[in-house]
Amino acid sequence: MPKFDKPSEGSWTQHFPKLGTGPISYEDSISPEHYELERRAIFERTWLNVGRVEQLPRPGSYFTKDLDVARTSLIIARGLDGEVRAFHNMCRHRGNKLVWQDYPDQETQGVGRQFTCKYHGWRYGTDGACTFVQQESEFFDFDKADYGLVPVHLDVWEGFIFVNLDKATPQPLRDYLGAFAAGLDGYPFGAMTQVHKYRADVHANWKLYIDAFAEFYHAPVLHQKQYTDEEARKLQGYGYEGLHYDLDGPHGMQSTWGGMAPPKDPSMVKPIERVLRSGNFGAWDRPDIPGLDPLPAGINPSGHKSWGLDSFVFFPNFMIVVWAPGWYLTYHYWPTAYNRHTFEGTLYFVPPANARERMRQELAAVTFKEFGLQDCNTLEATQRMLESRAVTEFPLNDQEIMLRHLHQTAGEYVARYQQERDRRLHVEPVAG
Amino acid sequence: MTAVTNQLPAAFEDLEPWADWALPTEPERYAKRLASEFDELQAFYDAAFPRLEEAAAYLEQLPLDDLPDDATRLLQLTYSLINISFPIEAWRQPRVPDSGASTLDCVVEPVI
Repeated sequence: MPKFDKPSEGSWTQHFPKLGTGPISYEDSISPEHYELERRAIFERTWLNVGRVEQLPRPGSYFTKDLDVARTSLIIARGLDGEVRAFHNMCRHRGNKLVWQDYPDQETQGVGRQFTCKYHGWRYGTDGACTFVQQESEFFDFDKADYGLVPVHLDVWEGFIFVNLDKATPQPLRDYLGAFAAGLDGYPFGAMTQVHKYRADVHANWKLYIDAFAEFYHAPVLHQKQYTDEEARKLQGYGYEGLHYDLDGPHGMQSTWGGMAPPKDPSMVKPIERVLRSGNFGAWDRPDIPGLDPLPAGINPSGHKSWGLDSFVFFPNFMIVVWAPGWYLTYHYWPTAYNRHTFEGTLYFVPPANARERMRQELAAVTFKEFGLQDCNTLEATQRMLESRAVTEFPLNDQEIMLRHLHQTAGEYVARYQQERDRRLHVEPVAG
Repeated sequence: MTAVTNQLPAAFEDLEPWADWALPTEPERYAKRLASEFDELQAFYDAAFPRLEEAAAYLEQLPLDDLPDDATRLLQLTYSLINISFPIEAWRQPRVPDSGASTLDCVVEPVI
């Protein structure tokens, strides 16, 4: 018997009939050819979150974002006019990477009035316009107004900066993000500016890590040593059930209980958590800022009193996790090969008022890392065995609905891309 | 009387032998943890953990953005205690179990 109500169909998965209930293939995570299709079908034409507006605090602030998956690097800059824009990080003269420090393969950030190419000194304003060409009169039929940086679609939702590499005009960002983003509107993201960010090079397909963070079925088992022995036994006995799951277009969310902040019984948690009143779920005492009570309508959709966190997957590679004690974190999964990606986990807190609050945040950040390290290594073990193809069909349970949805969605993007490409290939010889 | 220069506020003089845990960044703290024997972590924990509440009570009276140097070091020492609390309270070893060759690097963190 489920502890929490499920939809009338009997399961979350069957509530969305398109998902089916059969076993799934992981061929989409172990095939170099499929990865090439995903690069074009997904990452070169969907909205990708590349950061937050707080990273661009004043006119002239910029950061670079390398997108290996799209074989490019971007400059995200707040122009002297205050507007945020994105450009390919590429000099229009002979293609040199325009903004980098010491190592061309590393991202950088800063503030300035213009970008100067290290190669021949061409200069660009923070609005992308070409402002200076060395020995301009040596060029032929040349007007530097034609040589601005190549822009990339950019839009901002609730302080989150998204880019879209599609050469055509993409669906507007808010339309794309849909109901889940609308339900988060008004959450005080902008007040949570104290950042701890972690990065890992993970030898596993990007979808496998989303899989790991899109279900908590694994938590009582993989992470059992994080708890006191008694608590671990109890949790494993219960297993895991989400409070609520929902899907909206390519995106998904799950809502989860959480009795750890504060725990009903202090002996459930480790000694340092008891002293600091903090842990995996963050500081037990919610910061006193507007926007957390009441929460926006899209958070804790089941209205459960044991609510602990909501976890949103914004397709393709961006997750937002909103925690009951008043903080949030984001996950990004940046593919670098069919069997490899860069994982980023970023924790955002209200700036601490004093050292005790800061120590509580440190404990939450350290705990995040301890969990994350276990997940990283497990994924590499999964990738390795999936590639053996000794088993090719895998059963997913109802608590793994988000995985079923993610792989199905990614597959649909690829199929649609292939259809369009085939149609073009079919038409072009006739037209040409 | 103590022969060493005081690194920490006077009330925390008993923690001076562990003042080398007062490291400003997470990568430094985590590296020291991995470079330590379990017994060394246990000794640090046994000395520092009973003082954690007092350290928090002492430090929260001071302005976080303008801490004296000795208080900054005490705060950094508590960050190290937090970092090694998992080895002591959960893992019983310096490394995260089953983390193998995996790394998860802290690339952005608060200055203080």
